[in-house]
Amino acid sequence: MKKFAAWAILLLGVTYFVLPLIGMTEFSLSMRRGEYSFDAYAKVLADPQFRQTFGYSVIMSLMTIAVGVLLVVPTAFWVQLRLPQIRPLIEFITLLPLVIPAIVTVFGYIRLYNTSSWLPLTGSLWGTNFLLLMGYSTLSLPYMYRAVDTGLRAIDVRTLTEAAQSLGAGWVLILARVIMPNVLVAVLSGAFVTFAIVMGEFTMAALLNRPAFGPYLQLMGANKAYEPFALAVIAFAITWACMGLFQLVTRFSKHTKAAG
Amino acid sequence: MSFLTIENLEKSFGANRVVKDFDLSVEKGEFISLLGPSGCGKTTVLRMVAGFETPSSGIIRIDGQEVVRLKPNQRNIGMVFQAYALFPNLTVAQNVGFGLKVKGTPKSEIDTRVAEMLDLIGLSDLGGRYPFQLSGGQQQRVALARALAPRPQVLLLDEPLSALDAKIRVSLRNEIREIQRRLGITTIFVTHDQEEALSMSDRVVVMHEGIADQVGTPFEIYNAPATRFVANFVGTLNTLEARVLDPASGRVTLGQTEIALNRPLPGPTATLGLRPEMVSLGRGTHDTALSGTITEVDFLGSVIRLRADLGGQSLAFDTFNTNRIAPPKVGDRVELGIDAGDLLVIEG
Amino acid sequence: MRRFRPSLTWLGLLPFAAFVILFLFAPTMKIVFGAFQRADGSFTFENIAGLFTPSILSSYWISIKISVASSALGCLVGFLMAAAVILGGLPKGIRSPLLTFSGVASNFAGVPLAFAFLATLGPLGLVTVFLKTQFGINLRAMGFNILSFWGLTITYLFFQIPLMILIITPAIDGLKREWREAAQVLGATGAQYWRMVALPILFPSILGTFALLFANAFGAVATAIALTGSSLNIVPIMLFAQIRGDVLGNPHLGYAMALGMIVVTATANVIYIWLRLRAERWLK
Ligand SMILES: Nc1ncnc2c1ncn2[C@@H]1O[C@H](COP(=O)(O)OP(=O)(O)O)[C@@H](O)[C@H]1O
Ligand SMILES: [Mg+2]
Repeated sequence: MKKFAAWAILLLGVTYFVLPLIGMTEFSLSMRRGEYSFDAYAKVLADPQFRQTFGYSVIMSLMTIAVGVLLVVPTAFWVQLRLPQIRPLIEFITLLPLVIPAIVTVFGYIRLYNTSSWLPLTGSLWGTNFLLLMGYSTLSLPYMYRAVDTGLRAIDVRTLTEAAQSLGAGWVLILARVIMPNVLVAVLSGAFVTFAIVMGEFTMAALLNRPAFGPYLQLMGANKAYEPFALAVIAFAITWACMGLFQLVTRFSKHTKAAG
Repeated sequence: MSFLTIENLEKSFGANRVVKDFDLSVEKGEFISLLGPSGCGKTTVLRMVAGFETPSSGIIRIDGQEVVRLKPNQRNIGMVFQAYALFPNLTVAQNVGFGLKVKGTPKSEIDTRVAEMLDLIGLSDLGGRYPFQLSGGQQQRVALARALAPRPQVLLLDEPLSALDAKIRVSLRNEIREIQRRLGITTIFVTHDQEEALSMSDRVVVMHEGIADQVGTPFEIYNAPATRFVANFVGTLNTLEARVLDPASGRVTLGQTEIALNRPLPGPTATLGLRPEMVSLGRGTHDTALSGTITEVDFLGSVIRLRADLGGQSLAFDTFNTNRIAPPKVGDRVELGIDAGDLLVIEG
Repeated sequence: MRRFRPSLTWLGLLPFAAFVILFLFAPTMKIVFGAFQRADGSFTFENIAGLFTPSILSSYWISIKISVASSALGCLVGFLMAAAVILGGLPKGIRSPLLTFSGVASNFAGVPLAFAFLATLGPLGLVTVFLKTQFGINLRAMGFNILSFWGLTITYLFFQIPLMILIITPAIDGLKREWREAAQVLGATGAQYWRMVALPILFPSILGTFALLFANAFGAVATAIALTGSSLNIVPIMLFAQIRGDVLGNPHLGYAMALGMIVVTATANVIYIWLRLRAERWLK
């Protein structure tokens, strides 16, 4: 009886999740009348705008990851080493982006850093890209910080640091050579989530008017019949790849922990 | 007829027979221990009595009623777990009152009973606390009160003391026994600690690989172990191989010494058991003397444990430490006194 | 020299503090202050008062309804699925794929998700067409529209349910078998065990997830825009349009709308923290 109910719940759930995936896949293959084809995919892949926006978002994702690593690893390290008393506060701050809607943050950017402000970032292309990068970094902050903090907790930061210091290493060297390798797995798992988030992000890029993948998707959705679904399938594949790699990395880290 | 009877109880997990042909009768008000090494099936027996596992076959009767088909919540049993298992979201008083509350007992009645139970375990002041605010020993006492509050027919305890410090373990075991006597509740206590089992129980069941090797009073278990396993598991025991000279009258030779055991012994050899504390250094008033060479001296404080070689067989024994007599040294030849009546004949 | 040391310690937080202040706090504060200013910078309540028009109020109301519905359903269904897999006696092999899939689906939000649901429940969607041709059930005629309250709620569930599964699974794992057994042996039924022990223990986790899901749905822009264009009057869409083109005809009304969003999610979280503190008296 219990088992039957459990199966029923699971099957209903699976149906709900699988139908949209089938739906979008089916549509993406239906460009040619009466038969399945990859025409929509061919169209999309041949679209120069697809390549541009996709490339732009990939680069932004990688840069977001870089910013996240440079910002989060030293901070989490320092907090654990020297300021453990403020850890709850830092944790709280890093969770704020989950609560403050992205549209509000980016609205603040536009008004705070407009052309007539003290720091006219939106006035230049370079500045706007930078602003978007910072926006993406706030979005990835909760995931990056949690991953790195968990990773750091698993190693004995203090002992490692003191050992390195006694050998004469400076802070940069300690971070780069001692801490980073030990939390690499954690950083990677945060990086994959970040990549997935940035690749699909729409609001910030659209409002800052940058040619990212998310706004491109929306544009296609408003103007084309079959291509959007091919794009959705591609986006789903990217998410799946990121989360698959995330899982793999996490499992790998559990493995090494169990062994070590 | 006994209050709780278990007949031909069997339990397999897949191909793994965990409990085999287990029989037990427990009298009303009796305190029974299941004693055995870890993994021998003690918990499984207990869980079948409680109703968490269904026996592969066999009968369990409580007060004449067959219970195998009853659900755990229909059996009116009290259970105490090793890891306390108090509900963390409820106060001590709410934990103790839980069993009465789910039965729909009126609130005033619950309050009276809870107060009575907290008084019984000596924690009357702590009713408003949450489990995390209690020590391990206090938590386990609350767990006991919670199990007893609904007036169960049978109380089951699964290694309730093993998570506690040594000191608390001893005081709590006395307390449990005291409460059990006062309430006269039929109790099955699972443990792998022989001292616990021997000191607390009316009778002990020694279990070994799913089988009840022996059921008896602590005295019988210790002094007349029925199997080699029981003899070895309970207390320390020397096992000695003797040659049988006369099977009918039980005359054997142990080393160079001839001993009359005055009971029939089959076979050309017999395995004899001897507790270390039954051997003394020097013949003294004992009826039999053995000679050997000291091979090991182990100073344990009030007691010195010695080991002697009796012509190829090793015998451990204890002497008390006094500062009047120097203990023997390794290599000393010594005479050891024993009584033939203390030799256990080990079968199987 | 000695005295200087503590400040050096705090200096290590400078990059992080600068980042958070410049790109998280300051923009938010700008919104908060802007909501109480006129174009010339003078103080006013006009913007806030301007929120109380029927169309803006109804947009908040619809947004809150969608967020509450999708988080409540997300919590419920996610909980049932996690419980089914963990406690329902299903094969152990199901668990890991379910968690992996949840990781994927919880991140598969935004524009592509809208496409997936258009392809399924839209006017020409897979399910819509299937129901019509095979069973003669016309969803449209029955009042269902993907560009509606229920359409959006069903779509949001695609990331809400998995998020719940991911968060609640460790919590359900944390329920000790002995608690259930102790309750049973004390005479409790399964329902009594859940009501008196398991759910109260899980309550803080469920509540936290609910608050998170609520904020998640309330701030979701991309899915809504891609799904409905601008036909559904919900807060994020209105704010989006206002930022782009001042459709409300008062730039500072945008600040007020954004402030309203912050107030709603903050309120949700304050309620959460308050309930959690009440619920967690038994925790260290
Ligand atoms: N649910 C179960 N499934 C499979 N094997 C089990 C299960 N419960 C217990 N066992 C096995 O049964 C044997 C006896 O276990 P148990 O009764 O817990 O022993 P004890 O309490 O004496 O240490 C062990 O080998 C254990 O691995
Ligand atoms: Mg056990």
